Amino acid sequence: MDYVLLIEQFLNGFQLGIILFLMAAGLTLVFGIMDLVNLAHGSMFMIGAFVGGTIAAVTGSFVIGVVLMIPAMLLIGMAVEMTTLRTLYPRDHLDHVLATFGLILFFNAATRLIWGPEGLVVPLPDFLEGSVALGIGITYPVYRIMIIVVGLLVALGLYVLVAKTRIGMLIRAGASNRTMAGALGVNIPMLFSVVFGIGAVLAGLAGLIITPITAAQIGMGEDVLILAFVVIVIGGIGSIRGAFIASIVTGVIDTMGRSFLDVFLLLFLPENAAESAGPALSSMMIYILMAAILFFRPQGLFPPKGAQ
Amino acid sequence: MKDVIDLKSPANILTIIVVGLCAVVPFLAPALGEPFYVIVFARIMVWAIAAVSLNLIMGYGGMISFGHAVYLGIGAYAIGILAFHGVTSAWIQWPVAIGACAVISLIFGAISLRTRGVYFIMITLALAQMLFFLSVSAERYGSDDGLNILARSDFGVSFFSLEDNMTMYYTIFAFLLASVFVSWKLVHSRFGVVMRAAKSNETRVQAVGVSTYRYRLTAFVIAGVMCGIAGLLQANLERFVSPDMMNWPRSGELIFMVVLGGMSTLFGPVTGAFVFLMLSEILSTWTIHWHIIFGPFLVLIVLFARGGIAGLLTPRASRE
Repeated sequence: MDYVLLIEQFLNGFQLGIILFLMAAGLTLVFGIMDLVNLAHGSMFMIGAFVGGTIAAVTGSFVIGVVLMIPAMLLIGMAVEMTTLRTLYPRDHLDHVLATFGLILFFNAATRLIWGPEGLVVPLPDFLEGSVALGIGITYPVYRIMIIVVGLLVALGLYVLVAKTRIGMLIRAGASNRTMAGALGVNIPMLFSVVFGIGAVLAGLAGLIITPITAAQIGMGEDVLILAFVVIVIGGIGSIRGAFIASIVTGVIDTMGRSFLDVFLLLFLPENAAESAGPALSSMMIYILMAAILFFRPQGLFPPKGAQ
Repeated sequence: MKDVIDLKSPANILTIIVVGLCAVVPFLAPALGEPFYVIVFARIMVWAIAAVSLNLIMGYGGMISFGHAVYLGIGAYAIGILAFHGVTSAWIQWPVAIGACAVISLIFGAISLRTRGVYFIMITLALAQMLFFLSVSAERYGSDDGLNILARSDFGVSFFSLEDNMTMYYTIFAFLLASVFVSWKLVHSRFGVVMRAAKSNETRVQAVGVSTYRYRLTAFVIAGVMCGIAGLLQANLERFVSPDMMNWPRSGELIFMVVLGGMSTLFGPVTGAFVFLMLSEILSTWTIHWHIIFGPFLVLIVLFARGGIAGLLTPRASRE
């Protein structure tokens, strides 16, 4: 086990963590503020990839694809919120799960109808191809560094938006007391639509920036959605800071586990057993982590203040 | 709790039609020249058993498990893996399948019941996905492609062989009736009263000195085992198991069957499974894009048909 591979895998894990954070941030915002369980968040991940990828293909520029994806996802997200989800707020969580499950089936079928069953390959932009040397013998793909940088910038932007701006103040007010904020003149329905739209943009961005590596596929958001659920459960539902830390931890542990667990198991298991137990255990590891954390802290690591 | 008393209510008439159809389809379908419907109904009944088990904890206990299909998978894989290693005796296969479901539902329940509400939904989902990914990574047992089962469970007696499709069908039918009977018995026992009371007001139940956690955990294990039986029947029926049986959309579909038929009603999950699967069957023959109709249909059911079919068919005045 050499340190170059170790650092590379750590960076890959960090990059997965960034993608998870973009997903989890929207989920946890929507849940923390509107108390809505939204399975269709995975569909936003997929739609962002397909819409942005198509724009990139038509215009020939990945950057334009990313830029135009943002207003597109904002509109799609707000449209979904206004047509369907708005009616669900007063309902219980079971109704949320069921209705958004129906939405997933619809979005998957619609995507298959529009883009066909094969999915969509989005080529890497030229200037992001290749690798750079990071010193001490490590070279790392430029594009993956780009994902990490973009993700960190978005995380920073989100922090500034929520903590320092007027709209962030309204969001926090709406989260801590919806009725009171409404009575003080905040347009709560509009605020909720905007928050949902922001969540959809973040999910769409995550889907689009991962697409040059994995290609856009139908149902691509669902595995990420479940990981994002694990993340927000670990981090504490409603907490963006918790979501960030839990995303990075989950991404790194998952990736490192998949690469090194069998090597690690070799230290105290016979070769045969280690080789078969390695992949099985590593696919279960983050769930075991989640179970362990919940056993000691049923509200997650960073339960937001004021949550019961 | 007037479950089966008024036989003339529309909901009960629908129940009688569905159960009656299940009873006669092996004779009716070949006579009508549609023998394909025998296997369709056998599948519907297996899902109905699973839905009845989910209704036990979700409808009567308020525990929204979003990972219930995992017990279908465990029950089925227990059969598949034993058969793969040459163990075909039902006297070994079935107790192992049931035991595995009991142990795993006990562990999963013990972890997830420490939490409430949306945390519970997400944890049951995540734990189920953990075993789903485990089954995907099990190369020895076919990974994604699944595992073919060469022979159905062997009871070692000449007069009862599951290899006979008629016997297989009516075994499933008997288990379906038994699962409804067991949940009726449970719901109306002292145990069921505590469960339902804990669903409506947990604090009060705890105040009179009852440990709701133990009751919930027991119910969770019973439901897990019942669903595991559905899984072992499914493995025998299809002679095939695959990870897809316990992937999360299956759990979502199970919840839908229960809600569609009418949560916390005795036969609701059975009619729900029937309507859900028949509708899928019919729509999917029209077009491969049938989810584009089915998805919004499910959304509309949630938005406008609270109480499911049983709710729609019950006159407003006589609802609880």
